[in-house]
Amino acid sequence: MVTVRLPASLQPLAGGAASVESDGATLRALIDDLERRFPDLGERLLEAGAIRGDVMIAVGADETRELDAPLPDGAEVHILPAIAGG
Amino acid sequence: MSGRTHVTTTINGERIDFLCEPRQSLLEVLRDELDMTGSKEGCNNGNCGACNVIMDGSLVNACCVLGVEADGAAITTIEGVANGEQLHPLQKTFLEDAALQCGICTPGFIVAAKALLDREPDADEARIRHWLAGNLCRCTGYDKIVHAVLDAAALMRQVPAKA
Amino acid sequence: MVTEAKRAYKVIGTRPLRPDGIDKVTGRALYGADIHIPGALHARMKRSPHAHAVIKRIDASRALAMDGVKAVVTAVDLAPGGDLSKLADPAQNILAGHKALYRGQAVAAVAAINDQVAQEAVKLIDIEYEVLPHVLGPREGMQSDAPILHEALRTRGPGAVDGPTNIVAINQAAFGDVDKAFADCDIVVDDEFSTKMVHQGYIEPQAATATWAPDGQLTIWTTTQGSFPARESCAQLLNHPISKIKVIPTEIGGGFGGKISVYLEPVVALLSRKTGKPVTMRMDRSDVFEGTGPTPGTSIKARLGATKDGRIRALYADMAYENGAFPGSASITGTMVAAAAYDIEHVKVIGYDVVVNKPRTQDYRAPSAPAAAFAIEQLIDELALKLEMDPLQLRLLNAAKEGTRGPMGMPYKRIGHEECLRAALDSEHYRSPLGGPNRGRGVASGFWFNVGLRSSVNVSLQPDGTVNLIEGNTDIGGTRASLAMQLAETLGIPYEDVKPTVVDTDSVGLSDVTAGSRTTFGTGMAVHEAGKNLIKEMTARLAPLWQTTPEEIGFDDGAFRTKDGAKSGAFKEIAAQLAGRGVALTVSGSLNAGFLAGGGFAHAVVDVEVDPDTGKVTILRYTAIQDAGTAVHPSYVEGQMQGGAVQGVGWALNEEYYYDESGRMANASFLDYRLPTSLDVPMIDTIIVEVPNPLHPFGVRGVGEPGIVPPLAAIANAVTHATGVRQTQLPMSPRRILETTRGIV
Repeated sequence: MVTVRLPASLQPLAGGAASVESDGATLRALIDDLERRFPDLGERLLEAGAIRGDVMIAVGADETRELDAPLPDGAEVHILPAIAGG
Repeated sequence: MSGRTHVTTTINGERIDFLCEPRQSLLEVLRDELDMTGSKEGCNNGNCGACNVIMDGSLVNACCVLGVEADGAAITTIEGVANGEQLHPLQKTFLEDAALQCGICTPGFIVAAKALLDREPDADEARIRHWLAGNLCRCTGYDKIVHAVLDAAALMRQVPAKA
Repeated sequence: MVTEAKRAYKVIGTRPLRPDGIDKVTGRALYGADIHIPGALHARMKRSPHAHAVIKRIDASRALAMDGVKAVVTAVDLAPGGDLSKLADPAQNILAGHKALYRGQAVAAVAAINDQVAQEAVKLIDIEYEVLPHVLGPREGMQSDAPILHEALRTRGPGAVDGPTNIVAINQAAFGDVDKAFADCDIVVDDEFSTKMVHQGYIEPQAATATWAPDGQLTIWTTTQGSFPARESCAQLLNHPISKIKVIPTEIGGGFGGKISVYLEPVVALLSRKTGKPVTMRMDRSDVFEGTGPTPGTSIKARLGATKDGRIRALYADMAYENGAFPGSASITGTMVAAAAYDIEHVKVIGYDVVVNKPRTQDYRAPSAPAAAFAIEQLIDELALKLEMDPLQLRLLNAAKEGTRGPMGMPYKRIGHEECLRAALDSEHYRSPLGGPNRGRGVASGFWFNVGLRSSVNVSLQPDGTVNLIEGNTDIGGTRASLAMQLAETLGIPYEDVKPTVVDTDSVGLSDVTAGSRTTFGTGMAVHEAGKNLIKEMTARLAPLWQTTPEEIGFDDGAFRTKDGAKSGAFKEIAAQLAGRGVALTVSGSLNAGFLAGGGFAHAVVDVEVDPDTGKVTILRYTAIQDAGTAVHPSYVEGQMQGGAVQGVGWALNEEYYYDESGRMANASFLDYRLPTSLDVPMIDTIIVEVPNPLHPFGVRGVGEPGIVPPLAAIANAVTHATGVRQTQLPMSPRRILETTRGIV
């Protein structure tokens, strides 16, 4: 089981929840799970089978774009909007 | 279109003739007619100093001088500060002291600082800051620029300028 | 100062001359307005004189009838099928459609045989407006009875109310239980703060030139922080294939976030298509102030709670950020960074993005963070006063460190905030007495993200053992040098043997903006990768010459060696041996360095003197402290710190978009919008802290942005200590100081 933390901008797509639990064993399985439960959210995460360019996903403290790496049990997965700067 | 006036100047030691309209600033003439784009336009109203040139020994904003006013004048622009391949001490110290980031204000600062050091080779920090207050830089916070001018002054005192 | 055992580098950490330096000190370097294409027409923009108005009719016939006028374009030329109702939001900020939403918004453009004719022709474009009521200011824009800018806009985010509004989004960062935590605090401080809209103030105005060839090939010369993003924007705005657009970046005269968005590029492209000639357009300074993107003004209410031993337990903030006339997202990062410098368990920060009748805002160095720090860092100062604690010790007690929950919710990796605070405490400046009446000392911390993003470079080995480095990031402040240094370090060769060149979008792989403190970090990683690839390729070609296998050859300290030590050769020597054998040696480095790039912390210690008669604040002394990870070129790291500090001084003391009642910016010139000059600031002392970034092969952190985060608050804290009056509004102009202190100082 992992905990997925969502930013305010995406929370309405997950029924208003700031975090949701999922039993996805990989990021791909997790996103599939989210997509089943919250179709609008799933659409915001993937594009042509990859993590969208304007979305950032981190497992624990590490950003990742690898969909098939195993997720450790109890991990916190953070989904965030992209940011840049001046 | 108004008639054009024939103007004879000396720019960076060379006699240069040009035709210009009465409304054209010296900056427009330099940049658009003579293709000397080293003098920059940052504000076009004398507030930023990016177009500084030396005219008959005085530091001026080329955007605030009319082209026709340059008749008979001797002008030094950034293009004439180095002596061939030999950089001016200010150009050297601006490079060595990292006194430029984007570099757009640099020609104006170097020309302005040259005008100061030509007259006051012993200028101290306070004098330099006062003199350069007409030149805006948004990148450096002025620290390294002031250091570069101080270092150039020291260099010039060591080896009297040949130019 | 070096705070951790630092690897011994040969090139990194030295201070070589920048490769583009000679051109920039001799006037040879070509910036946006220096591009003179033979036969080019000159264009000028017609801008809205109203802050909010319906555009009823545009009649260009008088302008077009003028001698020398070649073409006029309006939003109809940008709209799909000429249908203004289909004009998307980014296009409306290029040329206004049905409505003008701020004074200075471009409405039409003229191309003519010269600039003078173009300027005259602009006056002959007749536009009929129906003037609407306007709204300025973030809280004003949020009022339910405020004039509505976009009828179709609906608020996104928690707590949104359906119906027309100027509130673009409500963002929130929430952890723990703030209400309960505040109830448990021994001490709670709160206040309301506001900052004004300010401009990046780059000295070079925008300028662009385009040629649209009959086969549709579009070439654009422009001064930009991102030639690839500019290409993509033009492709979308013009509905033109990316493959037919080449963007050639000129040297860039400052940006600070303000030269990411396109303004002139699509317009000169349209005019070139219409006329069949090259077209060039330059902004003047008032165009830059009124027609480009400054950074938002803000209104922030904040509350901070702590225990009596100084542990900060709870933060609540309500932050409204102006977006200017079109929806933006400043408050997203605002909510994230509000608590980022500290380990605070209970946090609730609500951010509002609000549209108002001002120019569409853009990023400005650590966008959103200086205003947030202006509020939070003053409350921390207030806490320190109430607790009678040293303000740096209070920060140190609460400082975020490795493992602390960061601005995005996940824990920080190794960061250098504590080290910056210790450096400030140990600094000669902080330990020296202040001296004199009417003086105050202030400190503040600041955090800003670094980002990595996408970068591509090409590296080719030359027969003499030097290497050419081809990159796509415009060099805004010395990145040719910092990238060449990282390649030299990777290859174990002298800096002088690397020749960096910034090229156009056809000549290198996609590279994101020179912004977000990313170029030395992210493109540096691509450079490192390319260097590694070059070594690998050289090893492969060397193996047969040495009659061994590539696996038996190692590369270390600038030399190739067989594992048994029998054969060895320095990089240059091997390069000479390989030259002329087989095809050219060219490799690339191309990667996405991600969004998380480690984070940067900065700190400021500042002494001020306040003139009780005039209200003028003089900066007596300023020390900037920043964690650079590894300082690649320390002089340019110092330069970023000093530049950010002085921009902060301007923001704190002078700068603001000053509006009159008609919604006109009354100070759209460098005379009235006063940037700090050399006379307004002292030398800016710097302390570079180096806590290597675990995400970068050389430990580099982006250094461009964090330095502007602390000064607003640090100066406000200093002025507060000098005057005894908390300074909650910017700018702290003489008038403002006199108003707040009258009878007190």
